[in-house]
Amino acid sequence: MPVVVNPERKRQIRLVVALGVAVLLAAALVYTSFTASTEAKEPSQLLTAAPGTSYDLTGKVVVGSVRHRGEGILFRVADREGGGQSIPVTYSGTIPDPFRGGREIVVTGEVEHGTFVGERDTLVTKCPSKFTTANDS
Amino acid sequence: MTASLGSAVLVLAFLVAVFAAIAALVGRHGNRRWIDISRRCVYALCALLTACVLIIELAFARNDFSFNIVQQHSSIETPTFYKLAAMWSSQEGSLLLWAWVLSIASSVALFVTRNKLRELVPYATAVMAGIASFFTGLMLFAGGVNPFSTISPVPADGIGLNPLLQHPSMMIHPPMLYSGYVALTVPFAFAIGALITHRVDAEWIRATRRFALVAWAFLGFGLLLGARWSYTELGWGGYWAWDPVENAALMPWLVATAFLHSIMVQEKRGMLKVWNACLIVGSFSLALLGTFLVRSGVLQSIHAFGDNTVGPYLLGLIAVVLVGSAALIISRLDDLRSPKRVDSLVSRESVFLVNNLLLVALTAVIFWGTFFPLIAELFTGDKASLAAPWFDHYTTPLAILLVFFTGVGPLLAWRRVSWASAKRVFLMPTVVAIATAVALVLFSDVGHKPWALALFSLAAFSIAGIGQEFWQGAAARRSVSGGSLPAALVAVTSRNRRRYGGYVVHIGIAVVLIGIAASSSFQTNRQVTLRPGESTVVDGRKVTYVRPTESVNSEAITLGSELKVEKGNSEFALFPTRRYFRPTGSPSSGSIGSYFEGEADSRIGLKAGLRSDFWSAVEPDISAVQRRVRAADAGFKACVSGAPGTPPQCLALAAMMRRAAAEPQLRPAALAQIEALETATTKRIAHGYLSDDAPATFKMIVNPLVTWMWIGGLIALAGALIALWPTRSRRRGAPVRTEADALKEAKYREIRDAELDHASGKLSDEDFALLDAELRNEALAILDRIEERRGEEAPVP
Repeated sequence: MPVVVNPERKRQIRLVVALGVAVLLAAALVYTSFTASTEAKEPSQLLTAAPGTSYDLTGKVVVGSVRHRGEGILFRVADREGGGQSIPVTYSGTIPDPFRGGREIVVTGEVEHGTFVGERDTLVTKCPSKFTTANDS
Repeated sequence: MTASLGSAVLVLAFLVAVFAAIAALVGRHGNRRWIDISRRCVYALCALLTACVLIIELAFARNDFSFNIVQQHSSIETPTFYKLAAMWSSQEGSLLLWAWVLSIASSVALFVTRNKLRELVPYATAVMAGIASFFTGLMLFAGGVNPFSTISPVPADGIGLNPLLQHPSMMIHPPMLYSGYVALTVPFAFAIGALITHRVDAEWIRATRRFALVAWAFLGFGLLLGARWSYTELGWGGYWAWDPVENAALMPWLVATAFLHSIMVQEKRGMLKVWNACLIVGSFSLALLGTFLVRSGVLQSIHAFGDNTVGPYLLGLIAVVLVGSAALIISRLDDLRSPKRVDSLVSRESVFLVNNLLLVALTAVIFWGTFFPLIAELFTGDKASLAAPWFDHYTTPLAILLVFFTGVGPLLAWRRVSWASAKRVFLMPTVVAIATAVALVLFSDVGHKPWALALFSLAAFSIAGIGQEFWQGAAARRSVSGGSLPAALVAVTSRNRRRYGGYVVHIGIAVVLIGIAASSSFQTNRQVTLRPGESTVVDGRKVTYVRPTESVNSEAITLGSELKVEKGNSEFALFPTRRYFRPTGSPSSGSIGSYFEGEADSRIGLKAGLRSDFWSAVEPDISAVQRRVRAADAGFKACVSGAPGTPPQCLALAAMMRRAAAEPQLRPAALAQIEALETATTKRIAHGYLSDDAPATFKMIVNPLVTWMWIGGLIALAGALIALWPTRSRRRGAPVRTEADALKEAKYREIRDAELDHASGKLSDEDFALLDAELRNEALAILDRIEERRGEEAPVP
C-alpha cells in the first residue's frame, strides 16, 4: 500500500532537495573555479613568481621585439601601463592575426630561467580596432 | 555644417525622449491626451534618430573627414560597403545604433499596443523613453562620445577601418546583436508597467511575447555570425573561446530562452509570475551588461576595450534597473503569488520548469566564469582567470541535459499525462536513441567519448521525438481533412505556428549541439612546416604544399600557398594566404618596408563539407622577403640621394626630385614616378618569394560535422520565423479587441491544442476527457466575466 504524503509536505521535501542539490553544485563550482584558475600577472609582478607555477602573463608586446625563431616566436612583454621591466617570452603555436608590437596580449605559461615559456596555442591578442582612442593606431 | 545640424538633431532627440517619459507619467492615470502625446513623441524620437544615423552614414559615404568618427574609422580607400558598416565599429556610433534601434523597437511596440493595455502602457512608455534618454544623453554629456564631434583643420584622409574588421560579418554581426539586446527592452518595459499597475496576469506577456522572440532570434543569429566570423579568422579560438564578450552575448540569450518557455506557463496556467518577472529583468540587465563589458576594460578579452568614459554610466544604469526592479517585484509579491500548483511532474509545465532551471544554471556558470577575475581579485587580491576547459567541464553536462529536454518537452501535454500515454509517445524516440548509441559504439570511435556519445544519442532522441510530433500532427490533420502528407504537414504547421515553429527551433538547437559536440570532441589539429613540394598526412588526408603564391596591391602584399588535399579518389586545392597591410591612416611612408609595419591577417583556405571541414591557414617564412625589402629600401635611398656609383636612372630621378622640391607643380609627376618605381620593385620582390623555396608553417584542422552547426542555426532561425509569422486574422488587421476577448481566444487556443494533442495520440482518451472538461469550465468562467462586464458597461437607458 502506497504511503500517502500530504501534497504540501511533498512540495516542501522537493524544494529542500532541489535547494540542497543547488547548494552542492554551487559549492563545487566555487571550489573548482579557485583550483582551476590561473593567476594573471604583469611582467613586473613575474619577477617574484614561483618557478613551476602556471601564470597568465598579461601586458603589452614591446614594439620591435618580435623575432621568429624556428617554428616559434620570441618577443618581450612589458607592463600594460608602460614602465617597469619587460620579460622575454618564447611561444610556439597559433599566432593570432592582430598580434604585433604594441598590442596587449595574454599568454599562459611558466617562468624558466628568467624567460616566460608560453604554452602552445594559448596566446590571445586583443583586437585593437574597437572603441580605441586615436593614438593607438 | 551637417555636423552641427546632426548635433542639434541629437539634442532635440534627447529632449523629445525626456519629454516623452514625462508626458507618459503625466498621463498615467488614463489621460488619453498625454498618453497619445507621449506615444507620438516616441515616434518623433525614432524619426530624429533616423536622421542622425543618416547624417552619419552620409558623412561616411561622402568621406567627410571633418567628422571625427569618419576620420577615425574610415578613409578614402575604405570600400563603400565597409564605410557604411564603420559607424558601429566606433564607440559613439555603436551608442547611436543602440539608441536608434531602441527608438524603432519602442515605436513598433507602442503602435501595436496603441489601443490595448491602457493602464500599463504609460509606464512602459516612460521606461522605454527613459532608457532612450539615457543613451542619447550619454552621447551628449558623457564626453568624447558625441558622434557629431568635429575636427579642424579637416584632414585630407582618414585612418581607415582596421583591415581585420573588413569582413562581411562586420556589416551584420554587430547590428544583429544590438537589435537583440535592444529588443529585450520592450518586454522589460512592459513587465515594469505590469508590476507598477498590479496588472500581473498574462496581458503584458501576450503583448510583448513577439518582441522577446525577435530579441531571441536576433541575439541567436548575431551569436551564430560571430561564431562563424571567429571560425574563419586565425587565432580567434575557433568558433567559440569562452571570451568574456562572447559570454556576455550568450547569457542574455540563454535567459531569454528560459523566459520564452516560462511565459507559456504563465499564459496557460497563471503560474511562475515572479519567476518570469525575474527572468526578463535578468535578461535585460545581462543585455546592458553585455553593452557595458565591451566598453569598460574590466575584463580581458579579444574584443578590445579602450574608452572608459561611458562604462561607469552604464554600470549606474544596470544598478538602477536591478535595484528598482527587485524592489518592485518584492513589493508586488502578493499580486504575483499564484494559487495554482503544477498538477503533475509528468507534464509540459514541469519540463519547462526543469529546462528553466538548467538554462539559469548554465547562465550562472558562465556568469561566474566570466566574472571570476573580478571575484578572485576580491577574495585573494590576485587576478586569476578561468580557461575554456573549466567552462566545458560544466556546460557540457548541462547542454546534454538540455538537448534531452528539448525532446521531452514537446512529447508531453500540458497539465498532466498518464503513464500509459507517456509510454506510448516515448517509445519510438527512446528506441531511436538506444539504436543510435549502439550503432555509434559499434561502428565508430564515438564510444571512447562518453559525453559525445550521450549528446548524440539524446539529440537523436529529441529529433526523433519531434519528428514523431510532426508526423502525428500531420496524420491527425489528414484524418480530419484528407489531402497529401506534405500538404497536411504545412496545414498543421501553419495553423499552430507557435507550437510547430518552436519544434523546428528545437530540431535546430539539437543539430547545433551535434555540430559542436562532434567538432570539439573529434577535431584533428595539426601544425606543420613544409617546403614547396613536401607533403604531410592529416587525419588520413595527404596534404601537399604545391607551390607558393603572391600578389601585391597598394594596400597589402599577399603571400600564400596552394595546397593539394587528397583522400581516396577525391582531391581539392586550397589557397590559404597571409596579407601584410601597410599601416592605415598615416600617409605612405614611401618605403617598401611599410608593408610589414601594419596589420597582417590570414585568409584561411576552407573546404566545407557535410561530413567534415578541412581548414587551413598559412604563416609564410618571410625572412628572405624582408631581407630583400630592406636592401631595396636602402638601395632606393642611396639612389635618390645620388650616391656615387648609382646607375644613371637614379641620377635622373634624384635630379627630378630636386627640381620638384623647388617647383611645386612638378611634385605630383615626381611622386607618381617614384611610386611606380616602388610598386615595380615591390612586385619583383614579392615575385621572388615564389623561387625562394621558403618553408611555410601551416595550421590544418579537420573539423567533423561542423557545418551542421551553421545549418542547425539556420533551422532554428527558420523555426523562430515560423513562430513569429502573423496569423491570418492578424494580417488582415483584426478589429481592436478587449483584453477579456484576448483571454477568451487564448483559452480557445488551449482547447484546440488539447484536441490536437488528443488526435495525435499524445493524450489518452481519459486524460483528454479530464483536461477538456477543465478547459471548458475555465472558458465558461471567462465568458461569464465578459458578460458581467458588458452588463456593467451597458449604457443606462
